[in-house]
Amino acid sequence: MAKVLLKGCEAIGEAAVRAGALRYFAYPITPQSEVAEYLVRRMPEVGGVFLQAESEVAASNMIFGAASTGERVFTTSSSPGISLMSEALSYIAAAELPCVFVNVVRNGPGLGGILPSQGDYLQATRGGGHGDYKLLVLAPSTVQETVEHIMLAFELADQYRNPIMVMADGLIGQMMEPVDFSAAPKPNPPDKSSWATTGAKGRKPHLIKTLFLSPQLGEEHNRKLAAKYDKMRANEVRYEAYNLDEPRKVVMVAFGTTARVCKTAVDALKKEGIEIGLFRPITLFPYPYKPLRDIAERNEMRHLLVVEMNMGQMIEDVRLATSDRKPITFYGRQGGIVPSPEEVVEEIRKLL
Amino acid sequence: MPLVQIEKDRCKGCELCVHACPQEIIKMSKEISTKGYYYAQVVDQPRCIGCQLCAIICPDLAIEVSANGVSYRFFAY
Amino acid sequence: MACKIIFDRPESMTETITHYCPGCTHGVIHRLVAEILDELGLRERAVGVAPVGCSVLAYNYFNCDFLEAAHGRAPAFATGLKRTRPDLIIFTYQGDGDLASIGIAEIIHAANRGEKFTTIFVNNAIYGMTGGQMAPTTLPGQVTTTSPFGRDVANVGYPMRMRELLSALRTPAYIARVAVHTPRHIIEAKKAVRKAFTYQNEGRCFSMVEFLSTCPTNWGMTPVEATQWVQDNMVPYFPLGELKTPEEEQDAD
Repeated sequence: MAKVLLKGCEAIGEAAVRAGALRYFAYPITPQSEVAEYLVRRMPEVGGVFLQAESEVAASNMIFGAASTGERVFTTSSSPGISLMSEALSYIAAAELPCVFVNVVRNGPGLGGILPSQGDYLQATRGGGHGDYKLLVLAPSTVQETVEHIMLAFELADQYRNPIMVMADGLIGQMMEPVDFSAAPKPNPPDKSSWATTGAKGRKPHLIKTLFLSPQLGEEHNRKLAAKYDKMRANEVRYEAYNLDEPRKVVMVAFGTTARVCKTAVDALKKEGIEIGLFRPITLFPYPYKPLRDIAERNEMRHLLVVEMNMGQMIEDVRLATSDRKPITFYGRQGGIVPSPEEVVEEIRKLL
Repeated sequence: MPLVQIEKDRCKGCELCVHACPQEIIKMSKEISTKGYYYAQVVDQPRCIGCQLCAIICPDLAIEVSANGVSYRFFAY
Repeated sequence: MACKIIFDRPESMTETITHYCPGCTHGVIHRLVAEILDELGLRERAVGVAPVGCSVLAYNYFNCDFLEAAHGRAPAFATGLKRTRPDLIIFTYQGDGDLASIGIAEIIHAANRGEKFTTIFVNNAIYGMTGGQMAPTTLPGQVTTTSPFGRDVANVGYPMRMRELLSALRTPAYIARVAVHTPRHIIEAKKAVRKAFTYQNEGRCFSMVEFLSTCPTNWGMTPVEATQWVQDNMVPYFPLGELKTPEEEQDAD
């Protein structure tokens, strides 16, 4: 079927079903409850399992259990829920099980609000749970890209045997946009019978655990995980350089919905003959440090403008990438306020 | 005639079997096992009636019971 | 007539010597579960879920697929497993801290949804692995490292009767409480374990068997004294027997 008009939350549910993820355990939380409302009808149509859990803690541990069978499983939640799921994320990463978590970010901290935000950036990329673990984090900026990222996430989850997070936000979740599923790859998950716990019939029992009382084994396991994350850094960096085919004096750095707003600002200024660049990280981990550094080190590049829907989180990675060699200005909105292109244009004018 | 075999190196010297044996023919050894426990041992095998209560209460599967000829089933286990 | 072994290690148990303290009846409970897995022919379809606590290392002693859940989360973990693979025989093995304290929401909701797995709940009235702290099932007046003057019910309330608490749920289930401090009790306990796994094998209902179990080390008693303590103190407060069976729910309100 060609394009279909879908609400972000529904597109998230459908994308997972198309990726062969027929096991969904979740808990209601605005602004993503509609994923559950969509899937409670859809899953029976595809012989899938839908279950509403008693809490996000329970939902994420149902995912942990379900993932141990090797089946594709996923859950969706929003910021406060992801905080509750963070313990399980640490366990699942330590147990090296594939699964997908979608965070439809809402403004925080605390109960915060129900409107879009990017305030979970550090939680997602530095780890909301305990220990040295990483999630591969994808940050879509449109409903279509969210669909593509979710399908990609299941492939990456199986490839790396790691939880993958797709970090959307309340805007993407609640907005309706045309979505085209035709390019969706047919899911072909790898064979997982070497580790999946599906009953020791005709084989030695499988054990999936994360306790390492022996310090040597504990360190060895951490090194194994670290090597995996290095592989992600080497092979999975994704970003978009918009209007950066030529060196630019001012370059904006933004991801997700905010990057989309910045593109509108870039286009608006282009009409005035003012050429601004936009660097959009798509993987928040692994972060595109090198490509950003290359852009920042161009002599013509005078100023970086970081735009986020938080009080300044990704800016830390921008400073890491550029080692503060060039001035960096931050412009952020919180409380669920989405910056308008006009605001962004005003900020840019200050730097020209 | 039933035979109770207590695996010396699995026994942790908890003495539960000593009190479970209706024939009171299990006593603790005087020497210690490789793990440093006084282990249980059958002191009067002929009086054993093959009831398996020692094996049933043993938390460590240290006791194996075998029998030749008729062995009575006192209960369904 | 050749000598025939009439009591031996069940195939569902490994030969590994357990780490449990001398006289700790975890070992007996492990064996009962393993014997039932053998007798019902479930070993090759069985997947166990270990808790956090003394029995976290249960996976070293069972000869079937095993997983280790986060503290208190085994019932949710098992829900995900069973819903994904209803053909498998799933059981959680949990202590009183794991099930009745941090994981009480998970066990109540799993039971209330009627999740078709079996929970083996070991109630020894104390936190064992962490060194003897007060548990939700610690008895009134019982001394632990966090109730050094004895559990003060006026301050921290009474021990929780999980069998009764879960039996109050309307969803059909099999919920029993047994003990393993004497051979007679062990023989009775095994029947409950057999019924629990049979109900699961038939896809009938949620099942939980609560075991009164000993903790000689943290109770500060010899193993034999500990079994006596169970009889004298735990059994009166935690009465034994089946409190809920799926049959009786059929014609309930």
